[in-house]
Amino acid sequence: MSIVFWIFAVITLGGALAAMLLRSLVHSALAVTLSFAGLALMFLELGAQFAGFTQFLVYIGAVAILVVFAILLTRSSEETGSGVFSPTWLRGLVIAAAVFAVLGWSILNSAAALPGTTAEPVASVQQIGQALMGPYVLPLEIVAVLLTSALIGAVIVAMHEKEGAE
Amino acid sequence: MTPLTGYLLLAALLFAIGLAGALTRRNAILVLIGIELMLNAANLNLIAFWRYGPHPEALTGFMFAIFSIAVAAAEAAVGLGLVIQIYRHAKTTDLDLMNRMKG
Amino acid sequence: MQVTLMTSSHLGPGPLVPWLWLIPALPMIAAGFGALLKQRQRKAAALLAIGSMTASLFIALVAFVYEVKGWASHFPTREVYNFTWFQFGSSGVDLGWVLDPLSAAMALMVTFVGLLIFIYSVGYMAEDENFTRFFCFLSLFGGAMLGVVISNSILLLFMCWEIVGLTSYLLIGFWYHKPSAAAAAKKAFLTTRVGDIFFLLGIVWLFSQTGTLLFYNGGAGSIEAPALAALLQQPAAWGLTAAGAIGLLIFAGAVGKSGQLPLHVWLPDAMEGPTPVSALIHAATMVAAGVYLVARVYPLMAAGAGANGSTVALTVVTWIGAATALFAALIAVAQNDIKRILAYSTVSQLGYMMAGLGIGGVVVGMFHLITHAFFKSLLFMGAGSVIHGCHEEQDVRKMGGLRHEMPKTFLPYAAGMLALSGFPLFFSGFWSKDAILESANHWDPSRVPYFMMVAAAVLTAFYMMRQVSYVFFGKWRGHGHAHESPRVMTGPLAILGFFAVTLGFIGTPAWPWFRAFLENSPLHLEMHAFAESGFWILLATSTVVVGLGLGLGWWLYGNKSPEPEEQDALEKAMPWAWVVLRDKFYIDELYGMTFIAFYKWWARVADWFDRRVWGGAVALVQWVFGLLAQFNRFLDAEIVNGAFDKSCDEIASGGGIVARIQSGRVQAYLRYLALGVVVLAAILIWSSQR
Repeated sequence: MSIVFWIFAVITLGGALAAMLLRSLVHSALAVTLSFAGLALMFLELGAQFAGFTQFLVYIGAVAILVVFAILLTRSSEETGSGVFSPTWLRGLVIAAAVFAVLGWSILNSAAALPGTTAEPVASVQQIGQALMGPYVLPLEIVAVLLTSALIGAVIVAMHEKEGAE
Repeated sequence: MTPLTGYLLLAALLFAIGLAGALTRRNAILVLIGIELMLNAANLNLIAFWRYGPHPEALTGFMFAIFSIAVAAAEAAVGLGLVIQIYRHAKTTDLDLMNRMKG
Repeated sequence: MQVTLMTSSHLGPGPLVPWLWLIPALPMIAAGFGALLKQRQRKAAALLAIGSMTASLFIALVAFVYEVKGWASHFPTREVYNFTWFQFGSSGVDLGWVLDPLSAAMALMVTFVGLLIFIYSVGYMAEDENFTRFFCFLSLFGGAMLGVVISNSILLLFMCWEIVGLTSYLLIGFWYHKPSAAAAAKKAFLTTRVGDIFFLLGIVWLFSQTGTLLFYNGGAGSIEAPALAALLQQPAAWGLTAAGAIGLLIFAGAVGKSGQLPLHVWLPDAMEGPTPVSALIHAATMVAAGVYLVARVYPLMAAGAGANGSTVALTVVTWIGAATALFAALIAVAQNDIKRILAYSTVSQLGYMMAGLGIGGVVVGMFHLITHAFFKSLLFMGAGSVIHGCHEEQDVRKMGGLRHEMPKTFLPYAAGMLALSGFPLFFSGFWSKDAILESANHWDPSRVPYFMMVAAAVLTAFYMMRQVSYVFFGKWRGHGHAHESPRVMTGPLAILGFFAVTLGFIGTPAWPWFRAFLENSPLHLEMHAFAESGFWILLATSTVVVGLGLGLGWWLYGNKSPEPEEQDALEKAMPWAWVVLRDKFYIDELYGMTFIAFYKWWARVADWFDRRVWGGAVALVQWVFGLLAQFNRFLDAEIVNGAFDKSCDEIASGGGIVARIQSGRVQAYLRYLALGVVVLAAILIWSSQR
């Protein structure tokens, strides 16, 4: 386990924890951006440059901005006064812990069967492009349709209703 | 501990944090952020398995992650759009105050 | 998908045929996009329709040139492209398209005339608020019509045929706020439906006998020699073979679409639609679809021809065609609505085409179809221009002297009128109509159709002269001031006028280019055909006939400019005949008194039956049940209810407990989900460890 891994892990987990714990929504958004950045760096470290940069673009460039916009538009940064956690937070925490326990248990259980260190594979943009246009062309088209419909759907869902339409 | 185990455990922890956030926060936007974190954890898994898997040249896990990112982007856009619409309708993003679907 | 490409051309599998579907598809796609346009996007709608039609025209032109080239180098010119749409059981539904001289010539005619009419419509419909809808319908119609033309599968043909019927309905009723237009649309739809039922029966019969829906399929098609031979072995009834009977059933569909006797009643009423529609659908294309259909299945009808070269089916076609030609020409004499005159004239000319098919074969009928499409759409569009210029006036008695006000309309109109009358030598109608008359003169079974058609030709010249005298000569009798139409309307008129004159020269006896092209036979210039006595007799007959008609018309109506209230010149001479003709031989009334009255009576019987017999039975049952119900109520209220109420309470409280899970809180649902994942994962890991 390299030192780089630990640094990135701390960034990612710290950002995620802060996002889930901070009271202010704007702070949470910034913290989750940090977490996304940590993940992107980890992708780069894993040799998945393309995925890493995609992560940067999509999550930090788009999703984080979207979240900030949503926060502004809903004026959620004003405190509700009744706490940021729901009354059932304890149950939620227990279940999340149980999920982590099951996952960790299964990983450690099968650790022996997992492959060890291998040579770093190459995923050049050319290879990715050929794969996208070759065996993955159908998923690619479907994702294109999905993104288009999501775009239209998001616009329609968030559209202001006309005055007097109700 | 092999590197892969480390990444998998990190992903599991990230998933659990995201789930905990989604389960405990009152604000709908933060619930969505939690879900995004869970998706990211899954992506980390995919990339890690690709990196240390027996056939990295097939790019399977890598492609899976790319498509997953694309779908997550769509999901975020629609989800946040829904949150905004709910806010307009109910004047709140507090999930505890939304139980209109109660049986 | 199984694809068969049949070709006998030297070029190998035709590079063009697989793409032939673009001809009908482009206007249909344009119609689809046109339907999405907003009402005020008028320019886009017109551009879309005209652009798609231009593209189709281009492809049709390429196909036509390709056919001409193939013909010129003496290769068989029929190419088909077939594929299986879907498979059920052992047989499949095959669709396909065919490129042969017939379809190439027809597609070229439809796209060309259609395009001119589209352009003309821009001017004619300029004031209409539903401009975009109009062009959407026009494009859809154009696409469906072209589908009929290129179809190699009788099923595909029928589908397009029905879309054509639908768009005809939509376009006749385009001004649906007018009750008369709505009624005319309904009438057209229902009347053609009568024919289509028979057509469908014919399709089913043909499919059950031959097992294929394709016309041509390299010898395995339904109208190729092996299938025809099999069909001839099957006797039907009244001396008909199965081939003839199926042909007649299909012909019934053509009768409906082409307004032949006795299903002609819808066509004159269809003039309630906008005039470009009349020109496009009810002169040039849709009504010609019936003739085209007969030409397409001609081998079925001609199969097993006897010694005199005719079959029962063809004889029926001939007689119906000749009777329609005479009958409609008679009615046209006594009409005063400018478009109705043309409508009856169309019915009459379609009769000529049918008779031409029955007597002389595909070439004779199709030649008249092509020339007629040009000059009749010219006449309709000219009439539209006149109506436009006279402030939506359609009564010829309230016009007059328009040759001064509207010279750009008058000149093409005169050319079209002379072509329709069959003025000798210089007009297309002469060559095509005389081809029909000439073959009728030599028809073995009977000479009566010949005389009927000659009489109809006299009447044609007469009523056209009458109309032109009323509209363009004499003095102005209408209200306000007539004005010439815009260039976008007169331009297409001029182009059509040019073809109305020249198109006949592709089918003269000395240079029968059209016949040679359709029959794929070599072409020779035979000047001596003009020297034969037959031609001179024909020419003389024609001249006499046309001269008689035109002269009579001019003598009775020329420059007289009678007042609208005044009696018609013919009415003065023969009042009783006039009334009969004016009222269209009372066919509508006859149908009203017979078929429609019968349906009404039948409906009343059914109504009475419903009320008395079934109603009585129902009332009895009702009474018995009422009695039972009284008894049950007593039981219920006293005994069952108590127990039932109790169990209901139980269920409600039980439901309340379950409903608590359905809290309406998303996070609770997410919790259950995560819990389920944990349990499932735990079971998986635990079971894998053992």
